[in-house]
Amino acid sequence: MTIATADATGVPLIEAHDLTVRFGKITALDRLELSARPGSVLAVLGPNGAGKTTFVRCVATLVRPDGGRLQVRGRDVVRDAAKVRRDIGLAGQFAAVEPTMTGRENLEMTARLFGHGRIAARRAAAAVIDQLGLADVADRRSGSYSGGQRRRLDLGASLVGSPRLLLLDEPTVGLDPVGRSEVWAAVRALAAAGTDILLTTHYLAEADELADHVVVIDRGRVVAAGPLGETKASIGQDVIDVAVADRDLLPAVAQILERVTAGPARVQPPGQHVTAPAPGGPAQLAIVIDRLQDAAIDVDEIGLRRPSLDEVFGVLTGVGNGASDRPALPTTGQLTARRAS
Amino acid sequence: MTAIELPSRPTRTPGLLAAASQVALRALRKFLRTPGLSVMGIVQSAMFLFSFRYVFGGAIHAGATSYVDFLVPAYVASIVLFTGGGIAVAVAADKAEGFTDRLLSLPVSRYALVLGRVIADSATNVWAIISTAAFGFLFGFRLPGGWPDGLAALGLCVAYAVVFTVVFLVLGLYAPSAQAAQGMSLIAFVFAFISSAYVPATSMPGWLQPFAKYQPITPMVDAVRALLTGSTSDVGLALAWSALLVVALGPVAVIRYRRA
Repeated sequence: MTIATADATGVPLIEAHDLTVRFGKITALDRLELSARPGSVLAVLGPNGAGKTTFVRCVATLVRPDGGRLQVRGRDVVRDAAKVRRDIGLAGQFAAVEPTMTGRENLEMTARLFGHGRIAARRAAAAVIDQLGLADVADRRSGSYSGGQRRRLDLGASLVGSPRLLLLDEPTVGLDPVGRSEVWAAVRALAAAGTDILLTTHYLAEADELADHVVVIDRGRVVAAGPLGETKASIGQDVIDVAVADRDLLPAVAQILERVTAGPARVQPPGQHVTAPAPGGPAQLAIVIDRLQDAAIDVDEIGLRRPSLDEVFGVLTGVGNGASDRPALPTTGQLTARRAS
Repeated sequence: MTAIELPSRPTRTPGLLAAASQVALRALRKFLRTPGLSVMGIVQSAMFLFSFRYVFGGAIHAGATSYVDFLVPAYVASIVLFTGGGIAVAVAADKAEGFTDRLLSLPVSRYALVLGRVIADSATNVWAIISTAAFGFLFGFRLPGGWPDGLAALGLCVAYAVVFTVVFLVLGLYAPSAQAAQGMSLIAFVFAFISSAYVPATSMPGWLQPFAKYQPITPMVDAVRALLTGSTSDVGLALAWSALLVVALGPVAVIRYRRA
């Protein structure tokens, strides 16, 4: 799926064609097609096991494709792996810093491994410490850092070689809200300076905060792609969620929802919720509440909320009436009105 | 929004030795700054030596020589079989914690990754050999020949340190986790104990003797004993085994890093 064909020079940042990766019997990437242009933050979104990490590992030359082609800035990740590595910086799901070394020692080591000489490495480390606000802790062992500090140091380690493309695999997973906003601030600042960034996440909110473009992957395939706003509108429509105590009322509720929203209503397992996409937002919610009252249907809970990624992927992939076998994923925000009884 | 200004881009990729020395420096810092690794390893090897020397030793008959003089050279020569498990664990942990991914995503030669690891871990093994030898002297071992013979024997032990660094590096690269690496390293105990290192192989039951006799550890420890008395018997065979292990497993390590 094409996000944008190419920049002025005609060379896409990342171009995947027919990209296939298998691990034994599992197909992690299934003939994936993607083309991304430089000059943006691209978020790869998807549930756990969708193939996000495998895709990043392919771009980072860590996984060899079993089929198809993957180019980074016009260079093949298999044939030109050494050149691709000069252009990328990787910060993975784990903070890959040495805990017994200080932040500065970690950064200087990585700078040397990027190819800097001793003096240039010292300068690069100092610059990154300054820019990422790590000056207070730079000379402490990184094992004593907070989660957010460690993740920022890890981010810094991927930056000391000034990569043209920064790869962030789930950059905030496992962080508390403070750590998360610290990392988000750093990513925004990098993007503002013009570094191309590819990040994976399973938080819609994170893509919302950081990305210009999103690619939604499910089961190793791209199921939606485009500029953030457009893709969100197509995948991220709010839903009205109604819970009733009496299951026998579900069909009646569903009928009301469908009449108001003109969309398909779904009964959510285990069978006490009905949801429907609500393009009309709060106005439609108000109408639904009225109609339910008119029909004297006793409602436990009713609200307008962002769809969970489960629901999004249900819609995009046409799988299972919301009855996904995947664990529930976090939603971005909830606006819930509890009916006074 | 304040933009982050990145440092200048490096103009070239790092050389083999420059990269290897960074990899080695990091592994050495980790070793020296983790007391559990640098101190406990030595305490453990001293305790084992103490037990063999003073607890089991009285019941073991080593022929003409006293047991302490029979035990210590072989114990020092084979100590890397016990400390080497730490290498496998460290390598497997680097892989599991994403550190290896970081290294592999950098424009670094895969040979540098292996070379750096081998330099660092050989150095920590040499530290184990020298400290264990010191405990050997403390527990009553005396050189049967002169100092030149002693240094020759020590040199051979250092060669073994390099050999087994490569062996445990490969083990760690293939282990699915650090715990698995720990478990897999126990296979070294089989080779250490069913050899002529702690008891004469001739004291074992007949069906076990062929294994004890033909596996590499027996000629390796016997060669160290021989060098101490100015003889070179078994030295050729020990060096042949050493070369075979490095030549066979060194490329496996590089290939494993390439495909990781």
